[in-house]
This record gives sequence, structure tokens and C-alpha cells, in this order.
Amino acid sequence: MLSNFDFSVVLTSLPYLFGTGMVFTLSLTAMAAAGGVILGTLLAMARLSGIPGVWHLAKGYVELCRSLPLVLVIFWFYFLVPYIGAYAVGSTTPIQVGAFPSALITFTAFEAAYFAEIMRAGIQSVPKGQTGAAQALGMNYWQTMSNVVLPQAFRNMLPLLLTQTIVLFQDTSLVYVLSLTDFMGAASKVAQRDGRLVEMYIFAALVYFAICFAASFLVRRLQRRVAIIR
Amino acid sequence: MNYNWNWSIFFDQSPEGTGTYADMLLSGLYWTIVTALCAWAIAFTLGSVIGVLRTLPSKTANAIGTTYVEIFRNVPLLVQMFLWYFVLPEMLPRGLGDAVKQMPDAPFYTAVVCLGFFTASRVAEQVRAGIQALPRGQRMAATAMGFTTAQTYRYVLLPNAYRIILPPMTSEFLNNLKNTSVALTIGLLELTGRARSMQEFSFQVFEAFTAATLLYVAINLVVVVCASLLERAVTIPGQR
Amino acid sequence: MQFVNARRGLAAALGLSLAVAPLAAGAEDLTGTLKKVKDSGAITIGYRDSSVPFSYLGGDEKPVGYAMDICYKIADAVKTKLGLPKIDVKLNPVTSATRIPLMANGTIDLECGSTTNNADRQKQVGFTNSHFLTATRFVSKKSSNLHTIEDLKGKTVVSTSGTTNIRQINEANTEKKLGLTILPAKDHAEAFLMVETGRAVAFVMDDVLLASLVASSKDPGAYEISKEALSKPEPYGIMLRKDDAPFKAVADEATAKLYTSPEGKALYDKWFTQPIPPRNINLNLPMSDEMKKQFTKPIDSPDPAAY
Repeated sequence: MLSNFDFSVVLTSLPYLFGTGMVFTLSLTAMAAAGGVILGTLLAMARLSGIPGVWHLAKGYVELCRSLPLVLVIFWFYFLVPYIGAYAVGSTTPIQVGAFPSALITFTAFEAAYFAEIMRAGIQSVPKGQTGAAQALGMNYWQTMSNVVLPQAFRNMLPLLLTQTIVLFQDTSLVYVLSLTDFMGAASKVAQRDGRLVEMYIFAALVYFAICFAASFLVRRLQRRVAIIR
Repeated sequence: MNYNWNWSIFFDQSPEGTGTYADMLLSGLYWTIVTALCAWAIAFTLGSVIGVLRTLPSKTANAIGTTYVEIFRNVPLLVQMFLWYFVLPEMLPRGLGDAVKQMPDAPFYTAVVCLGFFTASRVAEQVRAGIQALPRGQRMAATAMGFTTAQTYRYVLLPNAYRIILPPMTSEFLNNLKNTSVALTIGLLELTGRARSMQEFSFQVFEAFTAATLLYVAINLVVVVCASLLERAVTIPGQR
Repeated sequence: MQFVNARRGLAAALGLSLAVAPLAAGAEDLTGTLKKVKDSGAITIGYRDSSVPFSYLGGDEKPVGYAMDICYKIADAVKTKLGLPKIDVKLNPVTSATRIPLMANGTIDLECGSTTNNADRQKQVGFTNSHFLTATRFVSKKSSNLHTIEDLKGKTVVSTSGTTNIRQINEANTEKKLGLTILPAKDHAEAFLMVETGRAVAFVMDDVLLASLVASSKDPGAYEISKEALSKPEPYGIMLRKDDAPFKAVADEATAKLYTSPEGKALYDKWFTQPIPPRNINLNLPMSDEMKKQFTKPIDSPDPAAY
């Protein structure tokens, strides 16, 4: 079969694969990671707040997301987001949400549950005495959090947050089920159109591998540096 | 929300003629569980071997273990699924490739193997972490008692390591269970796939997905409860 | 899913600017999709990856096709109707499985592809004048020697999830006790691939799509399409939202005008009897008598007997 390989199909579709597909994948990853970390941090704070109702809600949300497969969540959100939007703005008809914003909302909301667990550990890794000291200095909750606890929590958890971002990068390939054109979607569209599955899927695997391997290598180096500081 | 809710849809006959929509979802649940269990059998065995390889003194064993983990961890599951399903049979000799493709339940076997190998890389990391978390003295003590390497692992290191990593292994098991849904892309009729077909046939999107969501939450609870029972059962009295 | 009341309250949904600024004169009279297009200046078309030659990705990975051309005409008519200098046509990929929920939840305004117009779907969505007629058949490799539905007994077949075809094969399977394994595929290209790679012996689909897939395959001579059909020729329609009469009226008028003009015939010929992108294949499917009738007097009935 190897003699039948035709890698020229990969070559001719490179602009599409990277110009359209990889751009989609990377922007989705970056934006969802940023949004996920912010939302996740808020969830972690809510969960550690000890306020009845608030922490229950945060815990419930995190546990629910973590018990559902991403594929199911992707379907849920793609169909549901316009209705939620309509509800949010008080409209009687669903509002229009494009494919990319919809995917972005899905991944932000879903990955926030995972980032929340990391940030919870991060916040707990900051010694209690520091919070006490901050309060003794007259700082309120938000000042304590933003000036003392969170910067350290982020620093301690940075390698884990980045590792989770690599997982997120891999997970974005699942928008394939909606026929969106991320890197994998682009590869499979070309593969199916030209009947060149073997070449395209092997190429896609190699690209993902190269990116994830390099990224996780960098994260490990960073981890060592962070470890020395501590 | 202007959506026609119809919760009695679950008792309507599905166009597949094999029963109601509820039966359709339950058959999806069955395939999800069977796939997850079979894949876990591979993941646990292979993952333990790879994890052990990474803790052996041998450089070659280390390299093999590390390579395996890096390869399977750095390629998205969906891509791996396609490699096993679409690419592998083309790489095999023609006769064998055709036999693989015409296997009844090919999506099921492919999903099991793919998930098994994928999850093995994660299990391997847990096993390695568990072994490395043990005090170094344990390995030394075993060697001092004249245990071979195999005996050291079998009687000293692994029994302790598995107990330590039981909680992370539970979440790996749950991940494995959830990941079965990726196999809908190769035609496995598992729970998410069935919820999607139900939506297509009945047009009741949210009922179908709500039911699937509840079923996933239910299996998660069952697994978590079982894991904590298991944890209690295997605790060494007096330890920790 | 149903839009019980599509007539009010859309302004808020379309952004703050509209909520604060008073609406342009005349906009109050508009409802549903027309109002949405007027307010946003954009219309979203749902397209398919591999419904050749209706709606598929051409050479430069941009969606093209017979149904796409029809949709652009509808978009033009909407622009004229609303008196807008220009409207922004947005494209959103859909699959057979996602098109109906995405139409209902407002992600797309027009679905341009190969969607069968039937009574069941009319409960969820609306359709404008039919643009093609096709029956359900199956494609298989000549070498596997399968000619009738009975021949498929006990075998693995594939169809595209969310289509009328997968429903029909499921029903036939139960009725005739065929013991089939039916794989759902995401899209037509993926399903055809299952047959090409030997994962399934047959692909059950609308015959026109099968013909296009065979024609654009690596070895068109290796496949045959069954003579036996699982259904009568059923109409394809451009899908739009249910209960949106003013928008449907614009779409109906635009399509009727197109089909009955020489331009309609030319459009048909462009996609069915002349070489089409990306590989300049000619499908050689001259207009059937039913289609000629439809192009003289366009109708939007879901009933196959009406054509």
C-alpha cells in the first residue's frame, strides 16, 4: 500500500489546513484557555467561599461538567446556546450565535470545570498565614485575593494550567462532530474529498504530535524552574 | 423558551423498530459500559507494564516506556480513533486488512483497542507516579531480602503503589468511560451517539440530551461509590 | 421545536445598538427572518461539505453548488425586498444531523443542500419550492454483486445520520427482517468512504448523491447503484424556518421566478450536464420529466405524488 501514497495532496492543501484549520484551532484554544482560567478561578473561589448556596452551585457545576463526555457537551451547547442567549436578553426568539462563538462558549464553560479544580488546589497551596497577614493589614477579600493569594496560586499552578491547555488543544479536534473547520476538520474534509485518508490522517497525527510534544517539553522545563523558586 | 417539550417521547416507538426511544438510549448505555470495561482491561494491564518499565533501572526499558507514553499522550483521541479505523487496515497486507474491515462490530473492537492503548498511557503515568511515591527503602529492603526484581514489584512495590493511586485511577476510569463517546465518529452506537440518533428521528433535541446527561451522571455516581467501597476494602489497617 | 411567536422582541436579541436606537421606518412591519436580516444586515446560509452537486466544498474549499446558487438568488431577492444596498451572506457548515436543530435555534436562516421535504419535517421547519427529485437507493461495489435490498441481508450497510434515508433503511430492516448492521456516518463523503474502504458493503442514500459520489470517486467503474429503490422520488427543498410566511413568500417568489426563467434551465445544466468543480466531472443527469414539470410550475409540496 505504501507505493500508493501521495503526499502531494498534503502539500497542495497546506494553505487550507493551516490558514483556515490551524488558525481556528489555535484561536479557539487560546481564547477558551483564557476564558476557562478566568471562569475556573471564579468557580474555585466560589467553591472555597463557604457561602451556602454559592459553593454548592460551584461544586455542582464542576462535578456535572466533569462527569459528562465533551462530545455530548458540544452537541448540547451548539443547539442550546441561542436559546440561553434569548433568555439572557429577554427575547422570545433564539438569538443567532455563529459556529465559532458557540464552540468558544462550549470549550470555555467545559474546561472551566477542569481549570477550577487546578485553581482550587492552587489557592489552597497558599499558606493560611498569608491570608491572615493580608487581613491584618486591613485588606478586604478581593484585595487579599488579587494581591496576595491568586498571584501565588497562578505561579504554583502554571505548569498544570499549561498542561490542561495542551489537553484543551487536543480536545478542540472534537468540533469535527459539528463539521466545523478546525485543523482536524480541514484535514478530514480534504481527506474525504480526495479519497486520501491515509496520508491526511497520518499528517494530522504528526502535526498534533509535534505541537503537543514540543509544548509539553517546554512545560516540563518551566516546571523545573518554578520548582526551584519554591 | 419556545420549544415544544415532550417528555413522553421516550415511550414512543423508535423508527428502528426495536423498541421505544428509551430502549434505544439504554442500548447505548450498555455499549458505553461494555466498551469502557473492555478498554479498561487493556489500559490497566498495558498501562501497568509501561508504568513499571519507566521505573526499572534499565535505560532501554525506560526509553520504551517513555516513547509509548509520549506518542499516545500527544495525539488527540479523535485522530487516534481515525488512525486505527481508517489508516491501520490500509497498512496491513491486503487479505488481513480486508478481514479486519469486514469484522462484524468493527467499530466496537476498534474503539476498545484505541481507547485501551490511549488510556494505557495515562494509567502508565499514574503507576509510575505511584511507584516513585513509595519510600526508596521499600525497594532496598526487598532487594536485601533476596527478592528478584520481579518479586520486588509483585510483592512489595505494586501492591502499595496501586493503593496509593486508587483515587487518580478512578478518575482515569471515568475519563475512559466518557471517552467512549468519541467512538461515535467511527459508528459505535454508544450513549451519546444514540442520543444524537434519537434527536434526529424525533426532533426532540433537549429531551434526548437531558436523558443522556442523567445517565452519564448516574454511571459516574455508581463508579465513585464502587471506588470508595474498593478503597475501604483494600486499605491496609493502620496505614495512614 | 416551534416558534410560537416570532413576531416580537427580536430587537433586543440583535444587539444593544438596536435596543437603544429607534428602529428604521418600516421595520416595524417586518417579522421573523426578514426583520432579523434587516436589523443585522446579514443572512446566514447553512451549507454541506459533500452534497455534490447541491452544496459542497469546491476546489478552494469554498462551498459551491446548485443549491448554493439558488440560495444566493434568494438572498438577492431578500436584499431587494428590504431595499438594502447590500447584505452580508454568512456561511455556516451543517451536517444532516445538525441542520434541523440549527435552523430552529436561529444559527442558520436558509439551508442549502439536499434536504428532503417531507411531512414529518414540515412539523419542524419550512421549505420553499422544490429544487430536485430523488429516490432512495444504495450503492455497492460491483464486485460484491448486490442488486436488490434482499441481497443486503445480514450485511453491514452505512447511511448518513439524520437523513430520511437512514430512517427508511431502518424501517425496511425491521419490516423485511434483514438483520442489517446500520452504521451512521457524519456526512455523505464519510459514508461513501465506508463502502470504498470496505467497512460497509452498501451506502443507502438519495440516488443523485450516490451518482455524484460515484462519478467523483477514484474508480467510477467499480460501483453500481441499485435499480431497486427504497422510496418514490422525493422532493428536495431549501429549508427555512417554520411559520415565517413573509420570508417564505420572498423565497418562493424568487425560486419560482428563477425556475420558470431560462436562467433556471441554465443553472440546472451548469451543475448537472456540464463539468463541475473541483475535478471537472460531468454528472450527465439531464432534466427528468418530473423536474421539467416542476420548473414550469414550481410547487413546494412534501408529497412525492404531487410531482
